[in-house]
Amino acid sequence: MKLEEIVLKEKKDYNDLFSNKNAVLIGSATCGNSAGAQIAQKIIKEELEKAEYDCDIVDVGCIGLCYVEPIITVLKPDQPAVFYGNVTKKVARQIVNSHIIKGEPLQEYALGTYGEGRIDGINSLFEEKSMKLQERRILRNCGLIDPTNIGHYLAKGGYSGFMRALAMNSAEIISEMKKAGVRGRGGAGFPTWMKWQFCIDSNQETNYLICNADEGDPGAFMNRSLLESDPHSVLEGILIAAKTIHAEKAYIYCRAEYPLALERLEIAIAQMEENGLLGENIQGSGFNLEIIIKEGAGAFVCGEETALMASIEGERGTPRTRPPFPTTEGLFGKPTVINNVETMASAALILQKGAETYSDVGTKESKGTKTFSLVGQVKNTGLIEVPLGTTLKEVIFDIGGGIVDDGNFKAVQIGGPSGGCVPLHHIDTPIDYSSLIGVGAMMGSGGLVVMDEKTCMVEVARYFLEFIQRESCGKCVPCRLGTKQMLDVLTDITEGKGTEEDLEILPNLAQGIKQGSLCALGQSSPNPVLTTTRFFMNEYESHIKNRICPAKECKEFIQFAIDPQLCDGCMVCLKSCPVGAVSGSKDEVHEIDLDKCIKCGTCMDLCKKKKNAVEVVNAL
Amino acid sequence: MQELNKILSRYAGDKSDLIPLLQDVQSKYGYIGEEHMEEISNFTKVPQSEIYGVATFYTQFRFTPKGKKHIAVCTGTACHVTGAQHVIEGVERHLSIKEGETTPDGEYSLESVGCLGCCALAPAAMVNDEIKSKLSLRSLKKLFR
Repeated sequence: MKLEEIVLKEKKDYNDLFSNKNAVLIGSATCGNSAGAQIAQKIIKEELEKAEYDCDIVDVGCIGLCYVEPIITVLKPDQPAVFYGNVTKKVARQIVNSHIIKGEPLQEYALGTYGEGRIDGINSLFEEKSMKLQERRILRNCGLIDPTNIGHYLAKGGYSGFMRALAMNSAEIISEMKKAGVRGRGGAGFPTWMKWQFCIDSNQETNYLICNADEGDPGAFMNRSLLESDPHSVLEGILIAAKTIHAEKAYIYCRAEYPLALERLEIAIAQMEENGLLGENIQGSGFNLEIIIKEGAGAFVCGEETALMASIEGERGTPRTRPPFPTTEGLFGKPTVINNVETMASAALILQKGAETYSDVGTKESKGTKTFSLVGQVKNTGLIEVPLGTTLKEVIFDIGGGIVDDGNFKAVQIGGPSGGCVPLHHIDTPIDYSSLIGVGAMMGSGGLVVMDEKTCMVEVARYFLEFIQRESCGKCVPCRLGTKQMLDVLTDITEGKGTEEDLEILPNLAQGIKQGSLCALGQSSPNPVLTTTRFFMNEYESHIKNRICPAKECKEFIQFAIDPQLCDGCMVCLKSCPVGAVSGSKDEVHEIDLDKCIKCGTCMDLCKKKKNAVEVVNAL
Repeated sequence: MQELNKILSRYAGDKSDLIPLLQDVQSKYGYIGEEHMEEISNFTKVPQSEIYGVATFYTQFRFTPKGKKHIAVCTGTACHVTGAQHVIEGVERHLSIKEGETTPDGEYSLESVGCLGCCALAPAAMVNDEIKSKLSLRSLKKLFR
């Protein structure tokens, strides 16, 4: 069968699923599974069998609302689809018996509807405040298609971008990419078309393409989610890029920590082969491509292009100096283009919908949309996609719903360990490449970690330095020894051993490491210190001069105490203490043995809901 | 060693096969032993010292066996700000081992990992192949069932 015919058939089947069938979609990406999607699925299967009711069960990816996982979607003929969140065993049973079998949707668990038509009492999902500000383009299929079924992707217009690219020459494709204005979504923001052009200009016989799916940035999971939910959109981008730069071999360098993403990629690649979208003479065009998956082995520095290539070659993943840039001398010494997962998906989107549609949102310098993982102390954690230029405030408060427990916002870490912490008074900063640099952060891969008042900014800086120091490859001295020195200074401060001299040492070290390091890991390693000292100097000074940790987080500075006026001896803290540091008998005031106490805060968390008798006091 | 030969036979023996080879050996045996290293060296013609150098560079590789239940606690940023350190300490206390160790009966092993990508449901840990999310000191008990 020709691809056009397959597409027609798949479109019919997919539309049939959404308009004429009883079906339930299970959000089974990593987040869904960890929250119990497989358990919900088992219950749904059992209930349907018990009732002998005919209903398809389809695994889909993640729609991004991770905070209400597990999520399932019920499809009934002639009704809009209904998304349900927090689907426990009990809720799953109710959904089957009420909505699926009797056709009576359950308002109280519904997140919203999707598709044409209305259901009384349930709003359209995409009209909800947190969805309305989003512009789902890269994530358009996530949670709505079966990622292990190429038919679903084809039905949604998949591979039409590649088919279009097949009829174009490299110059035409590059011109389309240039018109779209897409910049590398891995973080640095280099114009994608230019990278591709450089590779072609190096005029060699063999070129390579690498899709960087290493995503070592702690706090970011957009690439994982996209690969698990819509792998073909990334693979289509790889086809387009490889065709443009005349590569016959493409590598996907994906983290081994993402087993589900790897599994779904393998399935997707096999389906491409079956449908004549990979291998020799693809679609009769004369273009050949082989895609090879390389599993990463756990090294953050391999996000660095030259280190990544060393790793594929079987070496230690240490970076080398640039130039020569990979587009001139890359993998196995040949010109190589390395693009991030989201950049690949953007290429597919641009070729499918056209450059103008792609760039009709965004800012002058930063076109299109960007996906972010919104995590930390924010209510609605998950995966989001917004037009570039959306402000941090809109993202955190309108989409994210504000701070957990109605606490106060302190900062948002953006750009991972290489980025920075943006404080409240910069919360109106638009998210685009240059504005973020203006406030000392950077786009990075797109992790947004929201922090509230209970987060100590010195401790955050220490945490990042610990991470960077551990992940430094050790090849160059400023990074190897400089980050260690910085970490030692920060550790001292968080342990109450800081001196005023430390506040002079830190900027000096930062300057040296920034200037002297070989690669971006080292060069950006002082960023956590630079932004936290810039915006939160008062917290540093408080640790050093006043011996107080304002966030009451640093263990050396605090101790727990029970207020005898408030304690009614309910024993909750005593029973929950993991080290048996609480003593007292029922209905009598309890006490904490400070020698035994490990300051985990479990007693305080539990008492908060009852008497709020446990408090944190200064220890120094 | 027959199993090892089976793994080796899937590769051409190029240097670029080294990391996938080590990964396959580790997923088969749970760790990379000296005897495996020697065979891989003979096969790829890369000196053992260099293979060791490559293997130790990457955090994924281990040189001692894992426990039957391997607990990898995520220490990514989201997990860190939501209490990953308490999770690690809690597991250490429960098992009387330190991070990176295996219990003497070989039942459990513990390590920390960079980021599992389950940030929205932090703190998280991977137990063998399954991710457990929204952990707390109180819910830790579930890991040991």
